[in-house]
Amino acid sequence: MLRQFGLKKSPWVVHFNCNSCNGCDIELLACLSPLYDLERFGIIHVGNPKHADVLLVTGSVNHRNARVLKNVYDQMPEPKAVVAVGVCASTGGIFRECYNVLGGIEEVVPVDVFVPGCPARPEAVIDGIVKAAEKLDLRRRGQPVSRPSLVPETHEPSPKPAAPPETVPATPASPAAPVAAPAELAKTP
Amino acid sequence: MSTRMTLGLAAVVLAPIVGGLIRGLDRVLTARLQGRQGPPLLQPFFDIIKLFQKEPVVVNRTQVFYAYLHLALIALATFMLATGGDALMLLFILAFSTLALVIGAMSVRSPFSRIGAQREIVMMVAYEPILILMVIGFYLANGSFRLQSVYEASRPMLLSLPLVFIAYLSVVMIKFQKSPFDLATSHHAHQEIVKGVTLEFAGPYLGMIELAHCYEAAFFLGLAGLFWATNAWMAALLAAGVFAVTLLLDNLCARLTTHWMFRFMWTVVFGLALTNIIWLYWR
Repeated sequence: MLRQFGLKKSPWVVHFNCNSCNGCDIELLACLSPLYDLERFGIIHVGNPKHADVLLVTGSVNHRNARVLKNVYDQMPEPKAVVAVGVCASTGGIFRECYNVLGGIEEVVPVDVFVPGCPARPEAVIDGIVKAAEKLDLRRRGQPVSRPSLVPETHEPSPKPAAPPETVPATPASPAAPVAAPAELAKTP
Repeated sequence: MSTRMTLGLAAVVLAPIVGGLIRGLDRVLTARLQGRQGPPLLQPFFDIIKLFQKEPVVVNRTQVFYAYLHLALIALATFMLATGGDALMLLFILAFSTLALVIGAMSVRSPFSRIGAQREIVMMVAYEPILILMVIGFYLANGSFRLQSVYEASRPMLLSLPLVFIAYLSVVMIKFQKSPFDLATSHHAHQEIVKGVTLEFAGPYLGMIELAHCYEAAFFLGLAGLFWATNAWMAALLAAGVFAVTLLLDNLCARLTTHWMFRFMWTVVFGLALTNIIWLYWR
């Protein structure tokens, strides 16, 4: 009986700025102000993905930060949801055709809620987080949760730029040291 | 089962509920003082229920063990407070409860977690002497280290230990992580230490620590009520007064440094408590 109050009423959010112009980030900070007061809905802005339930992403994703975004998403414990704030996070926005931009964050992580706007209004951001919290609760109960998609069938992300041409010939005597992959987080069943 | 055991078990069950309500009220009143609407009164319970529904993500097994220990020891301390156990033993258990959190935070390699743990240690060093002086004050006033003697005393402790009570106020502020002492973990110190000691705990284990904080809230306000144990209404009033003062100072003050806290506690507050003890001894 008590279980229904958990995820729906206390979504803690972590904010990740992918490639944003800071417009949406300023609006996100406005949500914390007394005028909008995110805490009314039990929403707390945390600094650690391990404590978070909802990932807020602003800005379009590019080749450099796709790996970082994926890493932040992977660190969040289940059940989790992603909210794309602003048109850049949703589709790539005006940066969509840039040579380095992959498009919306959907290219890297599954998105649950798209919040439109350039920048997104604080009311819309809060609405998006509350909707994501409802989806979290559905996911806990094992019910099917629809995921919207804004990727058109014909869309192809810009190709990853080729590595710069090798100017210095590699010395065969010292092969590159193997780089250890970051240890996976130990997960108890 | 004797009456005292029943009382102790009732305290262990009721303390997190009362503590959660206290923390909820704290959040609502803080929001109102800042001109916000604030969360619902039951928000701490929603948070804890949610945390127990999350996937358990741990860095190592040590961390899990110390999260359990932290919760178990503070529950034991609450039990001892309600049954009127030995006050010195109570202090040891309380210190071990905090130490469990510190060791848990130290067992991971995150620098923020370790900074938080080190600050927690400095805080312990700052407030423990005051608690020991308080217990010595109880002994001088009643002739026994058992808290039962405080419950049975005919004269309220506050009349014998007024300065110790003022010193105890600052201990409560440190334990509740209130400004200017919110050094080891805070929702308001993102840029500095992210989340301090609780940083690397996640899911149910963070829930346990939140639950332990609820116990702590009830425990320390209960201990404040002990200064007027002869009358239940006066004890409640005293606890409410302590809560109001911590809340007000939290919203008035900015976070200060550990060095400042240490100096302040070992000079002004320690001096206050010691003066009271000396007066009580030579009376």
